[in-house]
Amino acid sequence: MSATRNDRSIAGDATHANDYAATVARLVEDIGGEQDALLPMLHALRDEFGYIDDLMVPAIASALNISRADVHGVVTFYHDFRREPPGRHRVRLCRAESCQARGAAAIERLMTDRLGLRMGETSADGRVTFDAVYCLGLCATGPNAMIDDIPVSRIDPATLDRLLGELTR
Amino acid sequence: MTRVYVSKDMAAVALGADAVVEALSNAGAHVVRTGSRGLFRLEPLVEVETPGGRVGFGPVAAADAALVLDGSHPARLGDVSAMPFFARQQRFTFARCGVIDPLSLDAYEAHGGWRGLTAARALPQQAAIDAVKASGLRGRGGAGFPTGIKWQTVHDAPGPLKYVVCNADEGDSGTFADRMLMEGDPFCLIEGMAIAGHAVGAERGYIYIRSEYPFAIRTMREAIARAAPIVAPFVLEVRVGAGAYVCGEETALLDSIEGKRGEVRAKPPLPAIAGLFGRPTVINNVLSLAAVPFILSEGGEAYAAIGFGRSRGTMPVQLAGNVRNGGLFEVGFGITLGELVMDIGGGTDSGRPVKAVQVGGPLGAYFPPSMFDLPFDYEAFAAAGGLIGHAGITVFDDTVDMAHMARFAMEFCAHESCGKCTPCRIGSTRGVELIDRLVAGERRAADAVERLPQMRNADGGARPAGQEIELLRDLCDTMKFGSLCALGGFTPYPVLSALDHFPQDFGADAPTSSAAAE
Repeated sequence: MSATRNDRSIAGDATHANDYAATVARLVEDIGGEQDALLPMLHALRDEFGYIDDLMVPAIASALNISRADVHGVVTFYHDFRREPPGRHRVRLCRAESCQARGAAAIERLMTDRLGLRMGETSADGRVTFDAVYCLGLCATGPNAMIDDIPVSRIDPATLDRLLGELTR
Repeated sequence: MTRVYVSKDMAAVALGADAVVEALSNAGAHVVRTGSRGLFRLEPLVEVETPGGRVGFGPVAAADAALVLDGSHPARLGDVSAMPFFARQQRFTFARCGVIDPLSLDAYEAHGGWRGLTAARALPQQAAIDAVKASGLRGRGGAGFPTGIKWQTVHDAPGPLKYVVCNADEGDSGTFADRMLMEGDPFCLIEGMAIAGHAVGAERGYIYIRSEYPFAIRTMREAIARAAPIVAPFVLEVRVGAGAYVCGEETALLDSIEGKRGEVRAKPPLPAIAGLFGRPTVINNVLSLAAVPFILSEGGEAYAAIGFGRSRGTMPVQLAGNVRNGGLFEVGFGITLGELVMDIGGGTDSGRPVKAVQVGGPLGAYFPPSMFDLPFDYEAFAAAGGLIGHAGITVFDDTVDMAHMARFAMEFCAHESCGKCTPCRIGSTRGVELIDRLVAGERRAADAVERLPQMRNADGGARPAGQEIELLRDLCDTMKFGSLCALGGFTPYPVLSALDHFPQDFGADAPTSSAAAE
């Protein structure tokens, strides 16, 4: 986080903050300005920007009339809301029991090896983020993963190479 | 033009159904997308409409489209519903799933849809609740609380504003029935919620769906838009989770809808008295609510006519993990675990012997094959030191290391703990450390505090494995009785059952039974 923040100029931060405030204002029109709009708003911001920038927090807090601490608490509670920009592609491999029963641990080791990333990390070139997911509800046909928005079942070493090969952009 | 049916269920898509659909369309077929029949070994499954009924083929690859359309594909299954896996089921809740276009109001109505809602609206509120009570329906999310009594409590609670909330945060590994129903028959859930709304006097409902289920979210939102005029004045809305397992706990789920951290609330007050936004709230699992249309249209007695003991009606059992015939099997309570795993599930997919099955998700107990005569029933499972939970059965072959699975249960609890109560938040991390030490055979030396002269009662030496196991059992006891909710409270089930039934995996010093440690 600190690296991204240091890269930015103060003027750049102000521009970002203005963009975020405008987006939040637009979202309030759609989903309302009560506290229960917070999760839908965070989802919408994440869909638009890819992550929840700390600079969004004051705009959200003021729009929903809650404290910045409340917003921060919610952002950091839920695994879906990352606070740093994700890679252009997102690989999410299931680690839950049913996939483990079908050999997911070996696939996890292979993926770690091929991507050169541990779960939770993003590649230095910003190409791919590798995350764990705990169950996609495809429990009879594991090991399973979501590659961007596409579910994939019965992953074996051959399909894994093909899938990762497609993420070259 | 030949009409063919192909599932658009997320599992079918993950196995390549979209490419098959494209090939079939290019070959000139008219493709109707359905939910999944529920036997995933057959997906992508293609059913071709013929004068003699639908003829199934599966699994089908995109390159095989022409063979399917001319009927010469080798994986010809004939009438899919006549296959033993389907013919042995009692599909009360999943009758339409896999058969109809999930978003077609005409198809829903033609297959018996809305009859439950019509029947409920013709009844006084109390009579609708009485029908649910008579059915003996118990909460399908896992706790097994009688649904009718919950509805009665909300009905009797004073106040003009009440809510119906559907818990569709199906985070348990090995379960997918909620997802299949929302993707395959969403109007059934909407109908169940509208009936609940009528019965308790609520005009607003929420469906909280986990974000890992994008297909279900899309289908539910579209179905709600299409059914809105039918269920009006009842209004429904989908809320999307954000990757927190603990939000499947009902009070954490309510806090999440309110825009807060998904932390568990202390009970009382029960959600039925002070739930969403502090108002009386019916909160039920997808499967509980989806069972209600059948109960209202066919009568509570018809539902209660099958079952076992105090577990009435059917349970959509999910066979998962290393199992040959993995999928959804809806059947009356009372079937044995062995019948489900061996006869219906066909044993492991790998062909190796079954070593253990975990029933009820990450918080459910592991059972060895020697306990396969256990009947599927809330009370029988509780008596055997487990739970049926959401009725997911995850099968493991003999390559599984049960100490690793016990450690994983603790690790998962540590990862997902909401942090509100100490036994769960800290106990789970201590549990991981303890199991790591046991498996590594390391003796933990006395720490700095234990070496202090004031600590006269600390023995100061390294703990042998027997004492470590005793400590693990003690920790599990604290978590079980001291945690606020089922996350910390039930994590001991997989840990202790692994320890009791598979002590050999925990190192040579482990006692052979729980009695030895007590």
